[in-house]
Amino acid sequence: MWDYLPALMQGAWITLELTFWSTLAGAFCSFFFGLGRGSRNLLLKSVSVAYIEVFRGTSLLVQMFWIFFALPLMGVRMSPMTAGILALSLNIGAYGAEVVRGAIQSVIRSQYEAAKALNFTPRQALWFIALPQALPEMLPPFGNLIIQNLKDTALVSLITLSDLAFRAESLRNLTQDSTTIYTLVLFMYFGMALMLTAIMKLLERRVGRWRGTGAR
Amino acid sequence: MLFGYAWDTSSNWAFAVSILPILLQGMIVTLEATVLGFFIAAVLGLIFAVLRAVPLRLVSWPTIFIVEFFRDTPLLIQLFFLYFVLPEYGLLLPAFLTGAVALGVQYSAYTSEVYRAGLEAVDRGQGEASRALNLPPAHTFIKIILPQAIPRIIPALGNYLISIMKDVPVLSVVTVVEMLNVAKIIGDRTFQYMIPLTMVGALYLIMTLLASYLVRTLDNRLPTQGIPLK
Repeated sequence: MWDYLPALMQGAWITLELTFWSTLAGAFCSFFFGLGRGSRNLLLKSVSVAYIEVFRGTSLLVQMFWIFFALPLMGVRMSPMTAGILALSLNIGAYGAEVVRGAIQSVIRSQYEAAKALNFTPRQALWFIALPQALPEMLPPFGNLIIQNLKDTALVSLITLSDLAFRAESLRNLTQDSTTIYTLVLFMYFGMALMLTAIMKLLERRVGRWRGTGAR
Repeated sequence: MLFGYAWDTSSNWAFAVSILPILLQGMIVTLEATVLGFFIAAVLGLIFAVLRAVPLRLVSWPTIFIVEFFRDTPLLIQLFFLYFVLPEYGLLLPAFLTGAVALGVQYSAYTSEVYRAGLEAVDRGQGEASRALNLPPAHTFIKIILPQAIPRIIPALGNYLISIMKDVPVLSVVTVVEMLNVAKIIGDRTFQYMIPLTMVGALYLIMTLLASYLVRTLDNRLPTQGIPLK
């Protein structure tokens, strides 16, 4: 069993790297399109709605295959790592955008009215009034999405990236010892998920102080 | 040639039209896997929700651990585990069934949460009142709590049905020939990936939009106060 660990650890590192970058890019997509959906600019709004509907409405694996197998035929070539991160972050970003939109909408109306009365521009009201209050609301669902993202990274093994799932598969081909390998891998994913949950809990506690109505 | 349908590569449109029936064959498998996986998830989730509510910690704590474990591990690995490990212990299931079981196992973690939240959302006073009226516990659960919990449970379950549908393509790795796998096979044989994969995306979009419309309609139709059980 210990013989498998070095190879699996290398795979786990790739999995964590993928999770990190796709979560980061996904968070960017979430805020950009989540705020874009509520924008008064019609172009930005329709692009955001289309993006959210398409990426939430189709399967992640379909998106990944499309980016990896179909796009190169149009002359867009990228490494499996880039394709994987792109697919994961676009997918998770669409779910995140809905979270951002929901949290912004949950800020009570009187806050906006007060901001307007104090002569804040709509942009200032969004950045300084609504977002700080919405952020604590977003964190728990974001935590779930990050776990979702970690689990989804296993699919990149199907576009030839040697992450944890890929290493497990090649070890199994080599040794036929599927019970040990897959049990080990299941627990490694579980451990990583628990780690991410703990980090998100810490973050929630820090940001939770901003919760509430009114002044910081 | 696949499932008795030939494709026509003379033009893009002809190709798209000629592979549509082939993709629809795959869609049938996708829908079958969705329904079977959802059924397993709904039943298994209910079992977990009940076990979790058992006052005996020897029962409830392991259940909490198992549910957490199922939720935090990837579907793909669970699928590989079932597909490669079960046969070593003499349990040889066809790929399609293995896939449906994997979907059911993964989503049972989510459905058990749905049941739990649905039951907990019913006002505590309802249970207390029926106890004050001397109703037996089974009666309280079936006639008082459950009917009020169902309207909260059904829409949430519907959303997981849609999620399951979107996860079915993962089953292609254990040779289940569902819609994405069909598109991949067509691509491998004709070297045209763009059209089949785009069509699968579009078909998925149609399926999920339709399904979420149905869930929303159902949600609006459900009485908010509870459903009388006969």
